[in-house]
Amino acid sequence: MTKAPRRKLKMDFWFFVKVGVILALCLFIVYPFYTILTKSVFSSKVEGMTLYNFNRFFTKKYYYRTLIRSLVICSFTTLFSCVIGVFIAYVMTRYNVPGKMFLHVLIILSLMSPPFIGAYSWIVLLGRNGLLAKAFSSIGLTAPTIYGRNGIIFVFTLHLFPYVYLYTSGAMNSIDASLEEAAENLGMNKLRRIWTITLPVVLPSILAGCIMVFMTCLADFGTPMLLGEGYTVLPVLVYNEYMSESATDPFMASALSVIIVACSMVMLALQKLVVEKKNYTMSTLRPPQETKLHGFKRFAASFPVYLVIFFALLPQIVVICQSFVERSFSGMIQGINLNNYRAILSRLGQNIFNTYAFSLVAIVFIVIFGILISYVLVRKKGKAATVIDTLIMFPYVIPGSVLGIGLIVAFNRKPIILVGTAAIMIISYVVRKLPYTVRSGSAFLYQMDPSVEEASINLGVSPMKTFFTMTARMMLPGVMSGAVLSWITCINELSSSIMLYSGKTSTIAVAIYQEVVRMSDGTAAALATILSVTTVASMLLVFKLTKGKVKIV
Amino acid sequence: MSNEVIIKNAVKRYGDFTALHDVSLNIEQGEFFTLLGPSGCGKTTLLRMIAGFNSIEGGEFYFGDNLINDVPAHKRDIGMVFQNYAIFPHLTVEENVAYGLKARKTPKAEIDARVKEALELVQIAPLAKRKPSELSGGQQHRVALARAFVIEPSVLLMDEPLSNLDAKLRVQMRSIIKKLQRRLGITTIYVTHDQEEALAISDRIAVMNLGEVKQIGTPREIYAKPENPFVAGFIGVSNFLNCEVTANDGKTAKVSIKGELDIDVPVRRSYIGKAQLSARPEQLFFSKTGMPGTVLFSTFLGDFIEYEVELDDKQMLIINEYTKDTTTVHEVGEKVHISFDATRISLYDDAEEVLSK
Repeated sequence: MTKAPRRKLKMDFWFFVKVGVILALCLFIVYPFYTILTKSVFSSKVEGMTLYNFNRFFTKKYYYRTLIRSLVICSFTTLFSCVIGVFIAYVMTRYNVPGKMFLHVLIILSLMSPPFIGAYSWIVLLGRNGLLAKAFSSIGLTAPTIYGRNGIIFVFTLHLFPYVYLYTSGAMNSIDASLEEAAENLGMNKLRRIWTITLPVVLPSILAGCIMVFMTCLADFGTPMLLGEGYTVLPVLVYNEYMSESATDPFMASALSVIIVACSMVMLALQKLVVEKKNYTMSTLRPPQETKLHGFKRFAASFPVYLVIFFALLPQIVVICQSFVERSFSGMIQGINLNNYRAILSRLGQNIFNTYAFSLVAIVFIVIFGILISYVLVRKKGKAATVIDTLIMFPYVIPGSVLGIGLIVAFNRKPIILVGTAAIMIISYVVRKLPYTVRSGSAFLYQMDPSVEEASINLGVSPMKTFFTMTARMMLPGVMSGAVLSWITCINELSSSIMLYSGKTSTIAVAIYQEVVRMSDGTAAALATILSVTTVASMLLVFKLTKGKVKIV
Repeated sequence: MSNEVIIKNAVKRYGDFTALHDVSLNIEQGEFFTLLGPSGCGKTTLLRMIAGFNSIEGGEFYFGDNLINDVPAHKRDIGMVFQNYAIFPHLTVEENVAYGLKARKTPKAEIDARVKEALELVQIAPLAKRKPSELSGGQQHRVALARAFVIEPSVLLMDEPLSNLDAKLRVQMRSIIKKLQRRLGITTIYVTHDQEEALAISDRIAVMNLGEVKQIGTPREIYAKPENPFVAGFIGVSNFLNCEVTANDGKTAKVSIKGELDIDVPVRRSYIGKAQLSARPEQLFFSKTGMPGTVLFSTFLGDFIEYEVELDDKQMLIINEYTKDTTTVHEVGEKVHISFDATRISLYDDAEEVLSK
């Protein structure tokens, strides 16, 4: 009767999943970042362990001003995105803006489009040989320049305000109408109602959106690289220190990476502190009513929304038009034809193939691992799950360029050499996008009652088979829509690709960057159009999968 | 093939907390057996141990002669109806019902025939092609029921299957379940916290509290002869009164209640000292002599009137008087005297063990 409680390790399928996942995460997240950390406290100029790099960063203006610039750009972008995003969210949820659903889709599209294409396209319009710049100068005016600080903030804001919009409109739609009615009933006027009730209740969501903007902005490499000219921000400095042909300093680049990650971590901690503490759960009995405006009032409310969305999508339109225009070296228009496409197919076919092939392979891994990991996190709670849960959060705070450097310094020597291979590109995509799929998979599993699985086991199907035929099968639609969103970000990925690519593994995004630098506008536009069309087509697939209820954030 | 279920000294622990203490049950072949108790009493824990979803920290579980402690859940050949039905949302009604048969590699033609028969038994044959999202709660319940018994399991388990239905449907489904179980003769273990449901549906009931079985018996036995104050209080309504056994010859005890009323109670053993008695509302009556009190409240409920009477020492009693037995109606504020039917009350010693016969 006194049987010792059996606590032996169960060597089942899930045991191997846990071990495998932890090993993979350690190898591809912890180890690279650990290598960066160790490199950051060494230098080619000083013997032994040293804070030389950090010391130099905070004393040399050349270095520390990039941090200040990054923070300036992130702060202003966040501020403007917040104002625009909240305004549009309020108008779109409360007033009868014509074509509301269509506008919503357009906003999501502009967020999903590759960020550096926006930058490139604004160069086409307002750059040195820009179309608008020329038009302005032909009538004797000077167009505002797109280069430098203001240009970067402008392009970032147009690209990132959708985050604030999506978070805020989500919250505004879930406020019970009676909340505002109660305030009205207690004698508050409209403006004070918004100020004392509506805003405070949606504030956590607004902040969540703002933090997304700030973190994306901090990590983004392409936009400031193309527009910055002399205005160097932190991620660009990392790239320069690591990649520039003259004076590469992997130790300094590592120290810079550590500083960026530290900034992201502070933001993430802030999010935990502010957002999660002040989240109100509301049971919405009556969704807020739309106010019907007429005539001029309706126009006045809708016009700014249309204007912002027009500017947000303008880059896409410009790029697509540009892709059919053949130009000579001096920029003269030669004709409207498909020559740009012919050029890229003959010269950059490999890049196009790589982009789709790498992303596709990455997505397959992301879906498989995403489903397995979220199952472990939700259903197999324990020490192993806690470890995985912590490790999987890392990629949120590691910018692409930093992950790129980490993978290079970790895998450019024995025992594992991956630098220059397709594998390292795919690994970087999987590591960066996996957390999003795990998050959507876990969210689904938390809603799914475990008794459905138990019913299947109870009816005689083994737990293993139940997982594959029942659970995974039911998770797939939810995970797939998340995976297609990840696929879109993979094909548009620049910041880690630009670190990791080699001649044979270059992608469309890398090629666009190089073509823009080479002032070869036509081919860059054609490449960008390919990405844009793929993005739109994939988004349509997501809309179909989710029946119109896309969850980007 | 239906089986008897024997549980010997079952123990369940969660860390330092013992959820089940030494539970032993003998459930006969074809019996409708109910585990009844308040939430947290361990009834669902025990059911899930039988199903194989909870680990077994001690004791032995037999289906017939087979020890099943180490048999994995999917090989125990058990049908189970879950509290929330756990209908597979992506499968149609008939696919749900066929699921267990497919797992058993039953030939296609036989599956079709048995699924059809099962759906007819629970009267939802016309819904065979529907998706679960198109079904009402009651219909989903029928699908869950059909899915569980179509595999002809050796044991059928039900975990509060009626708790999500409205009152009227609950009574209706209760009789469907009972008739189906009779007809198929499957050994059934049923978990509920609803005592009325347990009394109505069961052959035998195990009343549980705090991880222990407090009494096992037929519904009639448990209602009429509760073996401890917990069962007396949990099943139906009971009035508890402190009293003293002043004399006892092992057959009849003289019981004094607050020095105001002396009654003779038939007992099963000798005991003298402090005691507790419990009486159902219908075992109390108004009389010329007895415990003095005041009517505080009366509720007319059709076939009987429920009185709340406050005794002079402030203790409250509930008394039911059937309208067919009397024409007198007691008014609120009226001074009354209360007596007992001494042969039908329950008497407990100060260790809460039953004394009365």
